[in-house]
Amino acid sequence: MKETQVVVVGGGPAGLAAGIEIAKSGGKVTVLDENKKPGGQLFKQIHKFFGSREHLAGTRGYEIGTKLLEETKELGVDVILDAPVYGIFEGKTVVYSKDGKQHQIKGDKIILATGATENTLAFPGSDLPGVMGAGAAQTMINVNRVLPGKKVLMVGSGNVGLIVSYQLMQAGADVVGLVEAAPNVSGYGVHASKISRGGVPIYTSHTVKRAMGDGEVSKVEICELDERFQMIEGTEKILDVDTICIAVGLSPMSEIAWTIGCDFTFIPSFGGHVPKHNENMESTLPGIYVSGDISGVEEASSAMEEGRLAGIAASEALGLYSEEKARELKGQVWKRLNTLRDGEFGEKRKLSKKTQISRYMEDANE
Amino acid sequence: MNRGVKFTGVPSMEEIKACPGTPSEERFEKGPVVAIECVQKIPCNPCEAACPFGAIEVGSSITNLPKLDEEKCIGCGICIPKCPGLAIFKIHKNYSEKTSLVEFPFEYLPLPEKGDQVPCGDRFGKYIADGKVLGIKNDKKNDGTTLISVEIPKEYFMEIRTICRGGER
Ligand SMILES: Cc1cc2nc3c(=O)[nH]c(=O)nc-3n(C[C@H](O)[C@H](O)[C@H](O)COP(=O)(O)OP(=O)(O)OC[C@H]3O[C@@H](n4cnc5c(N)ncnc54)[C@H](O)[C@@H]3O)c2cc1C
Ligand code: SF4
Ligand code: SF4
Repeated sequence: MKETQVVVVGGGPAGLAAGIEIAKSGGKVTVLDENKKPGGQLFKQIHKFFGSREHLAGTRGYEIGTKLLEETKELGVDVILDAPVYGIFEGKTVVYSKDGKQHQIKGDKIILATGATENTLAFPGSDLPGVMGAGAAQTMINVNRVLPGKKVLMVGSGNVGLIVSYQLMQAGADVVGLVEAAPNVSGYGVHASKISRGGVPIYTSHTVKRAMGDGEVSKVEICELDERFQMIEGTEKILDVDTICIAVGLSPMSEIAWTIGCDFTFIPSFGGHVPKHNENMESTLPGIYVSGDISGVEEASSAMEEGRLAGIAASEALGLYSEEKARELKGQVWKRLNTLRDGEFGEKRKLSKKTQISRYMEDANE
Repeated sequence: MNRGVKFTGVPSMEEIKACPGTPSEERFEKGPVVAIECVQKIPCNPCEAACPFGAIEVGSSITNLPKLDEEKCIGCGICIPKCPGLAIFKIHKNYSEKTSLVEFPFEYLPLPEKGDQVPCGDRFGKYIADGKVLGIKNDKKNDGTTLISVEIPKEYFMEIRTICRGGER
């Protein structure tokens, strides 16, 4: 069986950043990802990222992915692609498949950076072809260059709904509207303004009542909601569409962490159940770290920083850094993380992170 | 009535006037300048580094609103394509006696051609007036974000921010 010092599961921004940090400290590390290309969400993101300059803001997402990849190459991080991990067994043995065969790799430390999955939404007709996740639509246009439809209704006004709407318009589709159940737009105003300038009506306090069509979506009925999120009769509107994209949030992809017995806690603003962890991103299982969207759905910039944090902490635990050096490096990362979690959109995430860590500490002190 | 960016996705005139990225009325009179229509505290700051003249400040907290030093801004427009929010517009109010020039980022195809008469819209994409395309900047260093400048009737210099997609709607 292959052995290494650290195995990273997931090659998105968090996993790649973790791999880079371990290699920098002189450690041996393998990153496993199920896709043919590493970079996770980044490779679908053709828009210029917001964030700070240190996090390459203003650069298009896929270019950030390419930069991370180059760095892993330079540092000699072992990246294995097309390799879904389906379990972690006793003694930190990671089992994955590759080329139709089962493989195992054992690490002294493991970092889980599996990202998040899209939530679904059920309504009459939601099983008709033409109803799909916004992420799926984004993969179709930006990776496979196929337009899922010509007339699209987007459901959800978070950044994903806003950005994917914009990209569908860039790809040549007509976004006939965006509905949001809450009374306000939940993503960033600058992203909403882009699609507004493109003439897309944003229907806040609205939801989908049903999708209609014979074998595929051809119409959708939307409806206004009152303050208690109940449909207001008589406010229905029918729109001609061939595609309905659902962008109602992401949930941490936590299956592996559950099966190996990590302790979880429920934090709605992070997407639901998230593994408890300490300031080193270490879960309740010693030597198993989490980072990125799996530890709470946020952004690529924070995912990279959390990956770095987990990487540095794992290197320290392996004796590759002195306590002092590690403290200095981790302090720098925490400082950047805290500034990312500032402002009207970030405060809540800062508090949520505090809660998540304090729940780990409560257990540890019991 | 636009109740503001949180509700409609488009900043209201009050929000725009109150934000530190909007030049004063006097400054608009003096010549080309940018209007930074970024009114929410989001973790973002590439505009700050983009300006070679140090006219944009976000500061140590990355969620501060970008502040324009209108005396330092020469209206070169270098910052426009660096803003991932596409929230920066260059405005030359007194381009001629009756017209203003508005330059904005545009990331759709097909592009118009220089000299074209195009329907121009407000922040909701709603048709306001026709404009004439005077410039198309598509430099490699802008990384796919085209800058288009249109000459428009002066009274709309605070309204027109785009070309209507698919013509007049
Ligand atoms: C439409 C959209 C727009 C966005 N725009 C921005 C933006 O402008 N700025 C910003 O900062 N953030 C943005 N984000 C968010 C950002 O993309 C994510 O927060 C970030 O990618 C999370 O990084 P991650 O490494 O945790 O997860 P991911 O990027 O999801 O990577 C996880 C990787 O792990 C792999 N994986 C999972 N399970 C397994 C397994 N069992 N075996 C092998 N591999 C596995 C996955 O396939 C994936 O490649 C956007 C997200 C979306 C969806
Ligand atoms: S227009 Fe030029 S001078 Fe003015 S803020 Fe932008 S980059 Fe700076
Ligand atoms: S780069 Fe654009 S979106 Fe980001 S802070 Fe500056 S003006 Fe706002």
